[in-house]
Amino acid sequence: MIKVENVVKSFEGRTVLKDISVEFGTGQTNLIIGRSGSGKTVLLKSLVGLHDVDEGAIYYDDVCFSKLDFRARKDIRRDVGMIFQGGALLDASTVAENVKLPLDLFTEQSEEEKMERVNTCLKRVNLEHAHHLYPSELSGGMVKRAAIARAIVMNPRYLFCDEPNSGLDPQTSIVIDNLISDITKEYNITTIINTHDMNSVMEIGEKIVFIYEGEKWWEGSKDDILHADNQELSDFVFASAMAKRAKKASK
Amino acid sequence: MFKFFESIGKYTLLMQKVFSRPEKRSIYYRRIWHEMEALGLNSIGLTAIISIFIGSAVTLQMAITLESPFIPQFMIGYATREVMILEFSSTVVALILAGKVGSNIASEIGTMRITEQIDALEIMGVNSASYLILPKIVATVFFFPFLAIFSMLIGIGGGYGIAVLTGIMNPMEYIDGLRYCFYTEEITYALTKMVFFAFFITSISAYCGYYAKGNSLEVGKASTKAVVVSSIVIMICNLVLTQIIRT
Repeated sequence: MIKVENVVKSFEGRTVLKDISVEFGTGQTNLIIGRSGSGKTVLLKSLVGLHDVDEGAIYYDDVCFSKLDFRARKDIRRDVGMIFQGGALLDASTVAENVKLPLDLFTEQSEEEKMERVNTCLKRVNLEHAHHLYPSELSGGMVKRAAIARAIVMNPRYLFCDEPNSGLDPQTSIVIDNLISDITKEYNITTIINTHDMNSVMEIGEKIVFIYEGEKWWEGSKDDILHADNQELSDFVFASAMAKRAKKASK
Repeated sequence: MFKFFESIGKYTLLMQKVFSRPEKRSIYYRRIWHEMEALGLNSIGLTAIISIFIGSAVTLQMAITLESPFIPQFMIGYATREVMILEFSSTVVALILAGKVGSNIASEIGTMRITEQIDALEIMGVNSASYLILPKIVATVFFFPFLAIFSMLIGIGGGYGIAVLTGIMNPMEYIDGLRYCFYTEEITYALTKMVFFAFFITSISAYCGYYAKGNSLEVGKASTKAVVVSSIVIMICNLVLTQIIRT
């Protein structure tokens, strides 16, 4: 479980996150949605400690993560996996080397054990044939899958995904969504996904938090979202012409 | 002025992070070997080409300038040796390496910054500054003095070659000049300078890349800044070290 309590974050006098409190449960896919520039990425980066919050606290289970120093955070970070928008694979390393890196740095496993774990993770994301390829040789979907493999290689308890579907076609997006959702259930981890892809929301959104201009505007499930009595949320959810037509037809 | 002191402070803090205890030494050793190849071995060609031409040109210039019955011919070899050992092989080669290696380091680390690769390392719990920068510093501090020795040999060889090819002077006189008043301290001085230059080129370039923000345009600016700042620091450092070691 990850708990956010009254978090405030500003950049050069501009408040980006305004008193946000929310709880993300274990074993479920939690989605943070909102328009571009609403503060989703800042919230996600604050959750993982890439930004220090100005006020408030962030708890990883019972530990107040935001109050820990760099060294103390290191222990928790071994339990954290993150998938970045662009994959963030190391360009100079192959897929297998990228996935193996956390094992190299933080475990005492033998090379054979490490490679076995790497192969298991790559197989899990259907990339076992690509272990020798460099990130520049991969397609967008493959980069995301390799990033997922790297994120889960240490058996994390917390998984963060920053717009995992950006730049992907709808079919590949569904594959990535389902993969993240399945992994969440399989490993019973706390997964937080940052997205503005409504397909993801309707596909895997067990808990959804809507951020509007730096504030938490709404929270609920994918079943609630269609009937929510909230103008800004409705404007966001039904922004596309297709969604508008679908809503009209359902009425 | 405030920005200057802010940069010095940020640089010092970064170096503190770079020289903190590494996560796992074996990984760092592997990375050091890799960086030696990328930053050191791959610079041999450029160093050789420039050194051979400069060595030849210096010999030619000396032969033309010192054409006087009162100046013995071996002085040409002597002057070429002094130029190559004292200034060219360390300072000028360092300036050239600041352009090649410095821009390479700044753009590599800068690109890693803007594509969130550094953030990915941080989230894994890796000390990204140490992981990325320390192997580069160790590799260049160790390897660049060898490049300096290589440059001295090639440059002096180039001078000999031009003497033989053009017949502008007696090659044996050139060799006599090379042996004239030779002090090994001069080599020590040149290599000591190169160790300092290697450290500054790598750490300043890494600093510029590590704090790059925004897009590819900013990476380009960081790369240019790395070369300019490294070059200025090399010149100042050269002056200071010459004053300290040679006087």
